[in-house]
Amino acid sequence: MDARDPLDAIDRRLILATQDGLPLARDPWAVVGEQVGIGADEVRARLQAMLERGVVRRIGAVPNHYALGVVANGMSVWDVADAVIDAAGERIGALPFVTHCYRRPRALPDWPYNLFAMVHGRTRDEVLAHVGKIRALLDAEHPGALAASDVLFSSAILKKTGLRLRN
Amino acid sequence: MRERSAAAADLDAIDRRLINSLQGGFPLSERPYAEVGAGIGLDEDEVLRRIGRLLADGVLSRFGPMFQIERAGGAFCLAAMEVPEADWARVVEQVNRRPEIAHNYRREHHLNMWFVLATGHPDDIGRCAREIETETGHAVRLFPKEREYFVGMKLEV
Repeated sequence: MDARDPLDAIDRRLILATQDGLPLARDPWAVVGEQVGIGADEVRARLQAMLERGVVRRIGAVPNHYALGVVANGMSVWDVADAVIDAAGERIGALPFVTHCYRRPRALPDWPYNLFAMVHGRTRDEVLAHVGKIRALLDAEHPGALAASDVLFSSAILKKTGLRLRN
Repeated sequence: MRERSAAAADLDAIDRRLINSLQGGFPLSERPYAEVGAGIGLDEDEVLRRIGRLLADGVLSRFGPMFQIERAGGAFCLAAMEVPEADWARVVEQVNRRPEIAHNYRREHHLNMWFVLATGHPDDIGRCAREIETETGHAVRLFPKEREYFVGMKLEV
């Protein structure tokens, strides 16, 4: 596959056919293949190739946190010394209650934070307890590296559709 | 939300096993639902029936491939706006109707609207942000990702 054009027209059709979800049929690949105009075996081979290239992160279910009672979510943001941020980010990302963890550029003067860790919990207090564990981990492993932090609680989901490529 | 939380209480042990097993890699085999069922003691039709019910009840918000569009030439970018209360409803509508907005959350901060832009090409991120600024009259701050340490669900039920 050409590295400059990693998505060919068929892959693109495959994304369009599956971005809303996989068919609930005994042979879902045949159903998708019919929409895309390829056989079930080619659907499987292309999805396998996209998994290997990382175009598909994984195939599976996304549980609705809210339906499962995990209704509190806080975006914790941290100003961590550049020298240790990658080591700290790897450790924080591995914590069981962190679902997303990224390094992003600071946006000074009013946004000093360079590490973002999304934390989920059943209540705000549980989220705050998790955030306290992140702080304790940073203090223990990188004393003095943390300059500031904040938690931005979500008060409403305004939209949640995920990726939608246009035709 | 109360009704939806009730749905969580209705999950039986088999639903929980099924949800946990579906968070890993779904098999790319000829009969993937049969394979999933074999791992947790369910037959294929029961797996299909239960996944359908969990989706209909909103316990699962999605079931299928999760795309990492950066690997296919596209881009994701976190963005935030400071929206005055008086303009809130109008700006929510203006932002949300764009297909590039993958999700959008209200957060308790002076930057009170946080959304993710997903586009087929990296150049479209800046273009979309500028269009939103022009349309809404408020600045869009972009927080591009420099490095990803972890993305995943890890939601054991």
